[in-house]
Amino acid sequence: MAKKKNLKPSEIAAMQEQENAAALAALRKRREKEHQKMLRSKGSNKRVGKSWTNDIGIFLLLFFMGLFMIFPIYLAVVNSIKPVQEVFLMPPKLYAMDPTTDNFRDLFKIANNSWVPFSRNVFNSVFVTVAATVLHVLFASTAAFVLAKCRFPGNALLNQVVVIALLFNSTVLYIMQYMVMATLGMINTYSALILPIISTSMGLYLMRQSMSTIPDAMIEAAKVDGAGLMRICWGIVMPNCKPALMTIIIFEFQTAWNTNGGGLVYDEALKTIPVVVQQIAAAGMARQGAIAASAVVLMIPPLLVFVLAQRNVMETMAHAGMKD
Amino acid sequence: MAEAAKKEILLPSERKMSRKERRDYTLHEMKRNYMCYLMLAPFMIFFIIFTVIPVIMSLPIGFTDFDMASFPRWVGFQNFYTMFMDDDVFMKSIRTTLIFAIFTGPLSYVMSFMLAWLINELHQSLKTLFTLIFYAPSMAGNIYFVWQLIFSGDQYGYLNAFLMELGFTTSAMQWLTDGRLVLGCVIVVQLWVSMGAGFLAMRAGFQGIDKSMYEAGAIEGIKNRWQELLFITIPSMGPSLMFAAVMQIVSAFTVDIVGRTLAGFPSTDYQVHTIMTHAFDYGWVRYEMGYASAICFVLFIVMLVCNNLVGKMLGKYVD
Repeated sequence: MAKKKNLKPSEIAAMQEQENAAALAALRKRREKEHQKMLRSKGSNKRVGKSWTNDIGIFLLLFFMGLFMIFPIYLAVVNSIKPVQEVFLMPPKLYAMDPTTDNFRDLFKIANNSWVPFSRNVFNSVFVTVAATVLHVLFASTAAFVLAKCRFPGNALLNQVVVIALLFNSTVLYIMQYMVMATLGMINTYSALILPIISTSMGLYLMRQSMSTIPDAMIEAAKVDGAGLMRICWGIVMPNCKPALMTIIIFEFQTAWNTNGGGLVYDEALKTIPVVVQQIAAAGMARQGAIAASAVVLMIPPLLVFVLAQRNVMETMAHAGMKD
Repeated sequence: MAEAAKKEILLPSERKMSRKERRDYTLHEMKRNYMCYLMLAPFMIFFIIFTVIPVIMSLPIGFTDFDMASFPRWVGFQNFYTMFMDDDVFMKSIRTTLIFAIFTGPLSYVMSFMLAWLINELHQSLKTLFTLIFYAPSMAGNIYFVWQLIFSGDQYGYLNAFLMELGFTTSAMQWLTDGRLVLGCVIVVQLWVSMGAGFLAMRAGFQGIDKSMYEAGAIEGIKNRWQELLFITIPSMGPSLMFAAVMQIVSAFTVDIVGRTLAGFPSTDYQVHTIMTHAFDYGWVRYEMGYASAICFVLFIVMLVCNNLVGKMLGKYVD
């Protein structure tokens, strides 16, 4: 410092600038490092109260509750690979000593020997499930966007109707649906399988709820930029509602996959896999094994869809950069 | 909320508007927003034909005597009178339904929320796994039949075999036919299948929360996970909470099929005979559709009231 006193003002300024630049560089370096560290620790970035012991505690709690949840399903799987003589062992075993695929083979053998080839039932199920899921997701998402984010006469009323329809549950509802179907001449067609699934309001309600959290400013901005409603819905709002979107895909797929047409369809050629499998399980000799096998078979497609959909939900910074 | 905001803006002009003017204004607004109706149309057409119309058609059936063979005969409030005055089983079913409703309603709701939250605190790869595990029972349509193996009344039942092996009991317990045990057993199974739509919606709600909110919260002085939950998480997932509440109300009051499958129909001493089971009994066993609809109508009103109550409670966070 003593030296500095002898220097000219311009030199002092230059030195200070140098010092500043060095400090700035150091700061930048440190920020970069912190940022790298945050990136490395991905989902679980630095947050309050995060500690190893907490995480392990949570994991153990969930693990033991998970055991309770998964145990019966495990039993179903084990029962489906047990040979007949093992089903009635005393005391019952928690594993199969001599695992076999007989139950599954029987299931498919009987299914193939029935009136219509099993491939036809598979086609029915796949067709109904895909059509219902795709149409419902498209229609319900568009409608949900309008209900959540647009102001027009009738909006409040429609929102009410959607919730009330969810709550209404009556034994005669199904008869009335049958009457409507009969009037429209849809009994015993694919429409009878697909349309009732499309017309439920659960998916719509979930999408509406999720979309209502999107800031209005985002939509206004898009409007100013000249985007139409359709464009805003599919280009801006939907990508920000990915978790909800994936959830309704799971719901719809599951509902459609498990549909049995409930009396609206009686033609053998139109029956879906659940109906056929239930028929077999109800009449088979070694019922326990057959029922378990049918439950396992029916569970696999929804499970796959679930895993695929969940993988797709990347925890995006939904409204990053938006300030309300 | 949207409606209220609109009214506030309109108020000064609204006072002056005559009925005709208001109608013209509405028409003008409808024309201006025609795109909204176009986007609603595909869903609403199906929704109205296959859901709204059947709902409206089934409302008056509760006031009739209808056996599915002859045309419904109007009886006024007769069904409701019988229900509350002469039907002992119905009175008992109200009690049973309320017991189930407490477990599969509030309890399961809080449990779903806590589980969804705890899962959210885990590492990414574990999240999917645990969500799957807890949701799995609701995924497979009728997988609850497995509990029949567990609760089976003979020595082949897993629970009996387990208890006898350990020496807790010497003889097999009649889990599903003993009047004192069956309610507890069915409640356990009901809880097991109750991590359904609501739980998954909550998971989606958690996933949709902006991560930067937590960072901002940490800077603002939030100290622990509880504060984080209370001040950031819950307020920003209000709509998902409302959805889950509606789902939970529906499943809590319509408990039926699980008990019927496991405990048989009718169950011992009507122990797991819920209002929905009662409606099933009258509708599909005795073909007294009028009475069954009246029962469902009462249930619908109760659910509507509950829905409004929950809506009020969550009102702060919704919309």
